[in-house]
Amino acid sequence: MARIVVDPVTRIEGHLRIEAEVNGGAVSDAWSSGTMFRGIEMILRGRDPREAWIWTQRICGVCTTVHALTSVRAVEDALGIEVPENASLIRNIIGASQYVQDHVIHFYHLHALDWVDVTLALKADPGKTSQLAESISPWPKSSRDYFKAIQDRVKALVESKQLSLFSSGYWGHPAYHLPPEANLLAVAHYVEALEFQRDYIRIHAVLGGKNPHLQTYLVGGMSTAMNPDEPQATINPERITFLAELASKAQAFVDQVYIPDVLAVAGFYRDWFGRGEGLGNFLSYGDFPQGGIKDPSRFYLQRGAIFNHDLSKVHPVDPANVTEYVTHSWYDYSDGDQNGKHPYQGETSPKYTGPKPPFEHLEVDQKYSWLKAPRYQDHAMEVGPLSRMLVAYASGHAEVKAAVDGILAKLNAPATALFSTLGRIAARAIEAHVMAGQVSKWVAELGGKLGHGDLRVHNGDKWDPDTWPKEAKGFGFHEAPRGSLGHWVQIEDKKIKNYQCVVPTTWNAGPRDGKGQRGAYEASLLKTPIADPERPVEILRTIHSFDPCLACAVHVVDAQGRRYVVPWVR
Amino acid sequence: MLPSNRSLSGALQQKGINRRRFLKFCSLMTATLALPPRYVAQVAAALEKARKPVLVWLQFQDCAGNSESILRSGHPTVLEVVLDLFSWEYHELVMAGAGHQAEAALERVVREEKGKFIAVVEGAVPLADDGVYCTVGGRTALHIARHVCPNAAATIAAGACAWDGGLVAASPNPTGAVGISEAVPEATVINLGGCPQNPVNTAAVLVHYLTFGQLPALDQFNRPLFAYGRIIHDQCERRAHYDAGRYVQEWDDEGHRRGWCLYKMGCKGPQATFNCPSVRWNDGTSWPVKAGHGCLACASHRFWDTRSPFYDRLPTVPGFGADVTAGEIGLGITAAVAGATVVHGIASAVRDRMRTMPPASSPSVSNEPPRKA
Repeated sequence: MARIVVDPVTRIEGHLRIEAEVNGGAVSDAWSSGTMFRGIEMILRGRDPREAWIWTQRICGVCTTVHALTSVRAVEDALGIEVPENASLIRNIIGASQYVQDHVIHFYHLHALDWVDVTLALKADPGKTSQLAESISPWPKSSRDYFKAIQDRVKALVESKQLSLFSSGYWGHPAYHLPPEANLLAVAHYVEALEFQRDYIRIHAVLGGKNPHLQTYLVGGMSTAMNPDEPQATINPERITFLAELASKAQAFVDQVYIPDVLAVAGFYRDWFGRGEGLGNFLSYGDFPQGGIKDPSRFYLQRGAIFNHDLSKVHPVDPANVTEYVTHSWYDYSDGDQNGKHPYQGETSPKYTGPKPPFEHLEVDQKYSWLKAPRYQDHAMEVGPLSRMLVAYASGHAEVKAAVDGILAKLNAPATALFSTLGRIAARAIEAHVMAGQVSKWVAELGGKLGHGDLRVHNGDKWDPDTWPKEAKGFGFHEAPRGSLGHWVQIEDKKIKNYQCVVPTTWNAGPRDGKGQRGAYEASLLKTPIADPERPVEILRTIHSFDPCLACAVHVVDAQGRRYVVPWVR
Repeated sequence: MLPSNRSLSGALQQKGINRRRFLKFCSLMTATLALPPRYVAQVAAALEKARKPVLVWLQFQDCAGNSESILRSGHPTVLEVVLDLFSWEYHELVMAGAGHQAEAALERVVREEKGKFIAVVEGAVPLADDGVYCTVGGRTALHIARHVCPNAAATIAAGACAWDGGLVAASPNPTGAVGISEAVPEATVINLGGCPQNPVNTAAVLVHYLTFGQLPALDQFNRPLFAYGRIIHDQCERRAHYDAGRYVQEWDDEGHRRGWCLYKMGCKGPQATFNCPSVRWNDGTSWPVKAGHGCLACASHRFWDTRSPFYDRLPTVPGFGADVTAGEIGLGITAAVAGATVVHGIASAVRDRMRTMPPASSPSVSNEPPRKA
């Protein structure tokens, strides 16, 4: 029996450590640990709730925009503010384009190198690569000369002996199965995707001022003033045209590059439809309002939960059923660590009891992570694109159903194949396809409003804190690219009294709870075969399939308003 | 290092980057660095001679926003920065290797490139409780920073958190977070404030270093003057509206829809220095004020505490043509122009009032919102 440690887990956001026990060539148990803590919610206390979004957005620069949106929704919920339809549309465009951006970057720049051996691209025949490309997609950049130039670039890099970011990969590992031509194709698209993300995200620059860390949210709406007759207005006809062009280019990239590549890679790794299954419980808050935030039945992506792989029933979701455990997390609860607490009753006093750094191993039978363990009705849940697509599929979402069935037919796989490492990858690509289309539709809708003189983007009725009640509390949610995100805010005397976030990666990467139930990462690693414990690429494949974001995952708020101290305990 | 017979220009050409593109990139860099046009040739010549220096990018108490920002670099593109200008050998967000292979890559650089490599740091370093609030590979951020940064030729603090602790160090600073120059005083640090850093500036600093073998001229905060030497208010496209007293009075009013000055909505542009309005973001597409929201002064020292609440109006603002320099703002001498400001504030408010013709009953000189349509 060997203990494998992967720390740092790279090609993720933030600081994640995986410890796994390997028995007979497969993972017999696993522990997921977040190793960084900042205390952002604590920093928020006493500040103006109207600016909470500016602060919470900095929880993550990869999932930029998602905490900003969730925060303004929480404060709007607390104060009873309804935002104008245009603001809701603009938020949908920003959120949906974030899906496309994030999913493309995830597949090519964070995940592909687990499946693609860059060095094998040197052995490819550029002519055959061109034939391969043209057999799977009409994408125009597919000539022999194009792939030859990419290959020359890789060759120059290798010959320089300065491999840069690629210097420390698991090249030559027996688990890499792509033929050389597919590797070269993937390397070319790695490069194209870098260009794509840089170009596409100008949608956020127009509607957010900049990316990362957009700066146009307001409690009550958006700051992106609309004016059909003013060249200086943030949104005018010329900007709508620009957004529409970006949206349409993205649809082409997703449909002609991303999806064909996912299908091609999956074809060579079909084993991974049977690995990385995980919990079998899936949660989605639902999102993308089309008629008010209070009416989940009209959200573009549905709200619901699926338990125990049962796609025949979608259960209703009530955020009141969310609790968090700290049994295996470096915090104390005042009434003991065995029971979970709802975020409104939540308390956090950090208490590091792990080994003194530098250390070799965590004490995994005790506390071992800065992440708490969120549960829904006491169930461990997986969140993210797979959960959303499953909930939408099982709820009969027309576009999602068509896309899922289309992909499954091409892969010659049943719907149950989605409960897997490859299933997460496929779900993400399907979602990118569907949401890229929504960006175009919502931009067109916004253009229509502009044309008809419907220009309202902000509801200022409650902007002045003098109009607020003495006390208020609210819940804001968002289906972020990585999954269900919730902010709970309590306001007293115009200031933040308490702020809590329960975040997608906390659901997925959290440790065991008071009942010993594993988190999603921990469960998904069980039975994973490990060919070479020194180079555990198989662990990376499954962990990366969740698209981890650890900066998001670690939070603290001191609900009682105590100053806390962190005693050194060993 | 590269074999001695290989130059960057040669390497770029091999990679399909032609001379015209290379010169375009050099001229953009000289413009950002505020160098006269004749320096284009010098930058080009220097880059052609340069061998690929090694760079490592460390992430501590961060959000990866600065990493994402550099991914959006357009001129040079991120690929050129990462593969052609530098050998980018450690960066957790995007590197191929993981676990101890990743750690070994960092160790190799510290050992074999001692005194020659560039370190970029993103995120704050927690000092409280022996640094347990951030560990990588079982070692604390402080341990790693002390091991890597003093051995680098220079350390670039990318973003507010690496500069001065940023948001992580905002009151009450739960983890005792500090910036890299406080954590590792012996390191040679250049601070690129901003939340996040603007990739145009980061690329310009890197190119300056490649060209001249040294860091650009710095201000009292060790920030490059080319990027942090001018007040945002003075470069703002809405400045003419300020001077004419045309203010947004409330979100989404007629003034907002016509692109008027955001000072009354809490804009911190008059007390902020940065080249944000000129280089903008995402290939020059926009910046926050263009998108209708006030500036947060995100490139100012300890801005999270010193410039918030972000929607409160600045109490004092430099007036028309007040000859106030960025350095003076940095040193906190803004008060010297407060008198002029008050006069201007009232004068412009009066003009504004005359122009917008609010109801006669409105009692206040400065708080009269024209009701929205």
